Amino acid sequence: MDTKFALHGIDYLIMAVYFVFVLGIGWALKKYMKNATAFLEAGRSIPAWVAGLAFISTNLGALEVMGMTGSGLKYGMLTTHFYWIGAIPAMVFLALFMMRFYYGSKARSVPEYLKLRFDEKTRGLNAILFAVMTVLASGISMYALALLLENVLGWNFNVSLFASAAIVLGYTYLGGLSSAIYNEVLQFFIIVIGLLPMAFLVMKDVGGWGGMQASLAPIVESKGFAADAWTTTWKYTGTGSGNPLGVAWYGIFAGLGFVLSFGYWCTNFLIVQRAMAAESMTAARKVPLIGAIPKMFIPFLIIVPGIAALVLLNDPLKGFALPLNDAGQPIYDYTIIMLLKQYLPAGVLGLGVTALLASFMSGMAGNVSAFNTVWTYDIYQSYIRPATGNKEADDKHYLKVGKMATVVGVLVSIAAAYIASKFGNIMDFLQTIFSMINAPLFAVIFLGMFWKRSTGNAAFTGLLAGFLMALVHHGLTQPEGATTLVKGGWLGVVHTYPVEMAQNFWTAIIAFTVATLLTVFISLLSKRTKTDDELDGLVYSMTKKLDDSGVVWYNRPWFLALIVGIIMIVLSILFW
Amino acid sequence: MLDIRFPIGLMFSIFGLIITIYGIATLGNDAMYARSLNINVNLVSGIVTLLFGLIMLFFSGPVKKLLKRK
Repeated sequence: MDTKFALHGIDYLIMAVYFVFVLGIGWALKKYMKNATAFLEAGRSIPAWVAGLAFISTNLGALEVMGMTGSGLKYGMLTTHFYWIGAIPAMVFLALFMMRFYYGSKARSVPEYLKLRFDEKTRGLNAILFAVMTVLASGISMYALALLLENVLGWNFNVSLFASAAIVLGYTYLGGLSSAIYNEVLQFFIIVIGLLPMAFLVMKDVGGWGGMQASLAPIVESKGFAADAWTTTWKYTGTGSGNPLGVAWYGIFAGLGFVLSFGYWCTNFLIVQRAMAAESMTAARKVPLIGAIPKMFIPFLIIVPGIAALVLLNDPLKGFALPLNDAGQPIYDYTIIMLLKQYLPAGVLGLGVTALLASFMSGMAGNVSAFNTVWTYDIYQSYIRPATGNKEADDKHYLKVGKMATVVGVLVSIAAAYIASKFGNIMDFLQTIFSMINAPLFAVIFLGMFWKRSTGNAAFTGLLAGFLMALVHHGLTQPEGATTLVKGGWLGVVHTYPVEMAQNFWTAIIAFTVATLLTVFISLLSKRTKTDDELDGLVYSMTKKLDDSGVVWYNRPWFLALIVGIIMIVLSILFW
Repeated sequence: MLDIRFPIGLMFSIFGLIITIYGIATLGNDAMYARSLNINVNLVSGIVTLLFGLIMLFFSGPVKKLLKRK
């Protein structure tokens, strides 16, 4: 199947306009970048709605969009669990209970919160792991972008790689975190507007939701599932084998709804950084809630068209097919690409391609802007600068370091992109590692925020042991039909999961449980190292309750959370 | 600081204009719009994009200030 798009002059014109604006925003922000706070923390001056859209946009990278449409085809409506149960409760919890400590503690990063709440070594461990991971993640998304441009637009791989790196470097170097956040908002709107025509046309083509359901019935029955298994979310989760995801409801609740999503949304600095840049305490607490509302509707733009693609695939008259890999298997990640190609003529096609480009670039920029903050404050200022004998330095110095870290971050990302191009599997492997790091981190931060008794030594041990146990679990299990050690089983196979998703869930659950138990156990054995006064603003029971009485009722986080909860319940019932 | 609604509004207005004009120029080109189920999808999404851009511009700081002065 040919994956090449036939682009016209008008499509290139749209792309060119987009690049002018991306760099222009960086240029317009340049004059505000007078100190490190402005560059690395956006001066804590971003309005809630801007930070809220950036908050979900950071997560809406192109790899996510492509993967989710492909998952729509593979798992049907169950994929929406990643957007509803697998995101919303965590975002609400972050807003109502955690943001006040991140924002109020004046920590400049998540690792720095760990330093304030626990100790230096816990911060060090987290900062180093985070810095390495974000640069690699940025490199991987750069690699995927260049590969896509080569396959879809016929551009040269190396030129695409360096050109996209140069643009990302350009606007993050000029405008720092503010520039990254503003461009994420731009990206959010262009994704919606660029993909909407495709989503509309594919749904019209399959006869709307009802027509799609009717056409899907014989297709999924022949796979051995109930007729509506692809268009329902909870109905067939009584057992794992009844639904295409292969996970039962308690696995979805515990794995996705709790461990994976809380680990990702509540502790990943890449995400939390957007809320920490907000202009006030109330704004910071509103950020995840404002993001949650559009988040719940994104599935209709990227997952539902993927489900419709299953109908197209089984209708020879439509002439729709997916490209095949070397083993002859369809490449599901290309579903959205092939849908764009199927339905969009020149003009709107340019907008669709620009949407994909935009999501790749802002994904990279997000990683780079989180990396330079952690590098400057948590690694350079804490370890490297003191080691040279000069303890203090003025703000100008850290601005310079932050800017240099931006350049170095992009350069290392380019190197990582070439490593990824040599070892195709490294992508899967790193994604697995990311989930192993986040789950124990959530356990430790959660205990730190809500249990004043937890100590630094306990947190450090819990963090490390949780990660190691996740590795061991991954080494001892594998999903059915795994052919490479990247999927697990490199220590010898003790257990085989029916699908990879189930293995991922259990890896995270084990990492979380081990980290929690160890942190609790060691905390109880060791002496408290921080006094009650030191924990003011860092721990729930030691901090004065926030008073929202001065805030208009519709601006209060609790009210927004209620709206978010109602929408989620209604959506879950509608698509039960 | 910069009001992000201004560049967003400006960019989408330009996108909307380009695509709307292209949609008008390709009116009646049935071969081109066969893939989009015989809908002139450029005209439709061009107008929607333009409207979105103009709304954003209308609410942005620089334009508000300009309107106030007049």
